[in-house]
Amino acid sequence: MARFSTALARVRGHGAAKSGTHHWLAQRLTAVALIPLSVWFVVSLLAVTEMNYETVIAWIQSPLVAVFLLLFIFAMFYHAQLGLQMIIEDYIKCKAVKIASLIALKFAVFFAAFAAAFATVDIYFTTP
Amino acid sequence: MADDTRPLSPHLQIYKPQLTSVLSITHRGTGAFLSVGAFFLTCWLLALADGAEHFAKIQAHFSTWYGCCLLYAFVFSLYFHLCNGIRHLLWDVGIGLDIRATYRSGYAVLAATVALTLLTLFLASGGG
Repeated sequence: MARFSTALARVRGHGAAKSGTHHWLAQRLTAVALIPLSVWFVVSLLAVTEMNYETVIAWIQSPLVAVFLLLFIFAMFYHAQLGLQMIIEDYIKCKAVKIASLIALKFAVFFAAFAAAFATVDIYFTTP
Repeated sequence: MADDTRPLSPHLQIYKPQLTSVLSITHRGTGAFLSVGAFFLTCWLLALADGAEHFAKIQAHFSTWYGCCLLYAFVFSLYFHLCNGIRHLLWDVGIGLDIRATYRSGYAVLAATVALTLLTLFLASGGG
């Protein structure tokens, strides 16, 4: 693709956002994945008739459930990060605060996603 | 900074709210709210991994009136964001972009959201 900017302009960060298309596509792909995954999640929780420790552990301890739960966690947090990033980019004008917020967001989402995935794997391998 | 000193014309105070704009900001709002829900999911999974006592504590919070309200707020937000998200994906492939289709799909999203929320309430309370 032809780039109609000078080397200096590119270095200064002017011009296209470079990874905008990737962001757009990732948001749509995670959205499509989340359609069946979130429906599955809600239906599964409704099907666990009694919400106590034993029943929920038993629900997670089937391989298919653990896999779907991990996929759901990954897709959901990635989608959330992309959406929240857009909110920060739209409403925070001060460059320093914007960049700090975007970094904090990335860290927070990664932490929460990793913790959720870790907990799921941990629960899967727990002997009751 | 140069960007915040220039005055803005009144916008939100003047522009009449319409189905299009209201659903759009609600889509963003439910998305942000669901991100908070995602963090709650992490807490829930961590409590589950921590053992029966911790899980019982977190479940006790969800069984209260404020816990239930919060859960149903998340359920409503999820259905709205899901249905409106599908509307967005259809727009992305060029379907339903004219104003009449937009209004029709908008009302359909609202109807579906309410219906799905009521269905979930019904199923969760032990019906069906």
